[in-house]
Amino acid sequence: MVTKELVKKVASIARIELSEEEVNKFTKEFTAVIDWFNELGEVDTKGVKPSYHPLKTENVFREDEVKECLSQEESLINTNHKEKGFFKGPKAV
Amino acid sequence: MKAEEFAHQARAGKINLEDFYVEYFKQLRKIDSKYDCFITISEEEAFKQLEKLPRGKLYGVPVSFKDAICTRGLQTTGGSKMLEGYKPTFDASVVERIKAEGGVIVGKTCMDEFGLGGFSTNCAYKTPKNPIDDSRVTGGSSGGAGVIARAIKGPHIAIGESTGGSISCPASFCGVNGLTPTYGRVPRHGLLDYACSLDKIGVLSKHISDISLTMSIIAGFDKRDLTSRSEEVPNYSMPQPVKDLTIGLPKEYFGEGIDPKVSDCVIKSVKKLEDQGVKVKKVSLSMSKYALPAYYLVAMSEVSTNLAKLCGMRYGLELPIRKDGFNEYFSKVRAVGFGTEAKRRIILGTYARMSGYRSKYYLQAMKVRTLIINDFKKAFKSVDLLAAPSMPVIAPRFDEVDKLTPLENYKMDILTVAPNLAGIPMLSTPCGEVSGMPVGLHLMADHLQERKLIDAGVALE
Repeated sequence: MVTKELVKKVASIARIELSEEEVNKFTKEFTAVIDWFNELGEVDTKGVKPSYHPLKTENVFREDEVKECLSQEESLINTNHKEKGFFKGPKAV
Repeated sequence: MKAEEFAHQARAGKINLEDFYVEYFKQLRKIDSKYDCFITISEEEAFKQLEKLPRGKLYGVPVSFKDAICTRGLQTTGGSKMLEGYKPTFDASVVERIKAEGGVIVGKTCMDEFGLGGFSTNCAYKTPKNPIDDSRVTGGSSGGAGVIARAIKGPHIAIGESTGGSISCPASFCGVNGLTPTYGRVPRHGLLDYACSLDKIGVLSKHISDISLTMSIIAGFDKRDLTSRSEEVPNYSMPQPVKDLTIGLPKEYFGEGIDPKVSDCVIKSVKKLEDQGVKVKKVSLSMSKYALPAYYLVAMSEVSTNLAKLCGMRYGLELPIRKDGFNEYFSKVRAVGFGTEAKRRIILGTYARMSGYRSKYYLQAMKVRTLIINDFKKAFKSVDLLAAPSMPVIAPRFDEVDKLTPLENYKMDILTVAPNLAGIPMLSTPCGEVSGMPVGLHLMADHLQERKLIDAGVALE
């Protein structure tokens, strides 16, 4: 059973502010979805390896070389929150 | 007109591209005003491209991109208010490759916000309407791509993207061909991620030959996407006869929840292939029942991490910075910028990855995924292709979709999620009509066997 408190707690971990109306709506809907997720528990997966990718992938390494990249000016074109060539953000501490 | 023929005539100087595009954009705007399929129409940029157009395989061919694919200097929103006004400083690999062959970008197509939807009804901008009956949905999440591929008169290649069926679904509902390649066959560099282990860029068009031509251009390794495949790209444009192929009909894909009229339509088109010498046999994919919850767990978990980077800094939606701390700022921006379905999936995905639940949900889903892949691998030992309906129904009406609960909504993906989880290639191709609406035949092949899908598509065309 999904409670309002659980929805609020997970939303806060996900950094999404919810209105009271949204909390009520999601609380009502999530029980059915999570019950459905629980059906996976029926499957015997003992000894089965998880597939993080659909095809086998391997780690690829490259040299740590200096290459051309975006200029400071270009990297700042999509924000208004900038100062003296830096991104400006909300107070962290 | 087919893209190859158009490019050929344009290269030979038989088509004046300036004149062509004046008329083409008139038509595009007319279609858009009727069916709402573009977030951005890039007329000015297209004419600028014409000034220095490479005389390649797509010389002068109009191409649209789902708005989840980054285009340099051209707004890319992912269908979300969170990225309104975002102008990427680079082109995605697929955009680069298409431009280099002379393809002309005509616009960015409508989609469910970040691809989160099966009907194109979770749209932050315009909601596309089905060009055959505008009281019906287009299918999602590449809905705008389905509309324009169907409604346009003249050449057009629509680049879409599928995570759990977002190419097959609109292709089926709008009555066009849609190819979802093997995971990694087409590089994802420059695609706004939904779920990294599932996302695949693909092609929608009226003509199979447009798909094979485009695939020969966009497929192949790119070092900027290390999950892209390095296997050699075959020549997709030389179709082979299908007489030696065997097709499997998975019994689980023709049962409960599938409209029998849709199944009949699909069986009839498989018969047409049988008439051309294809062998048909019944197979079973025993894990099918678990594909839906496994898919949604994987997709929601991955999207909840991928969308974490959208926090109102550096690009996209911004709010005034006040005295609150960064957590309050991020939480407010995300409350304003994300639509309901994005919030729903981010929260469910976060839940599935929380300590105490991770093994039960996320890891278990990844293990079930292994069993689903094994199911397909076993089937492909005895058949070349699998055939099923693409969608269990014809395109529903908007009022029918409105009544669905989130869970009922997710269950509409019943036929597309398993092949998407397994990363195998699939082609949805029109195979008839039910109540005047198109039905899609879904062909699936083993990893990297796109050729067989194209051959079968050509045989049916």
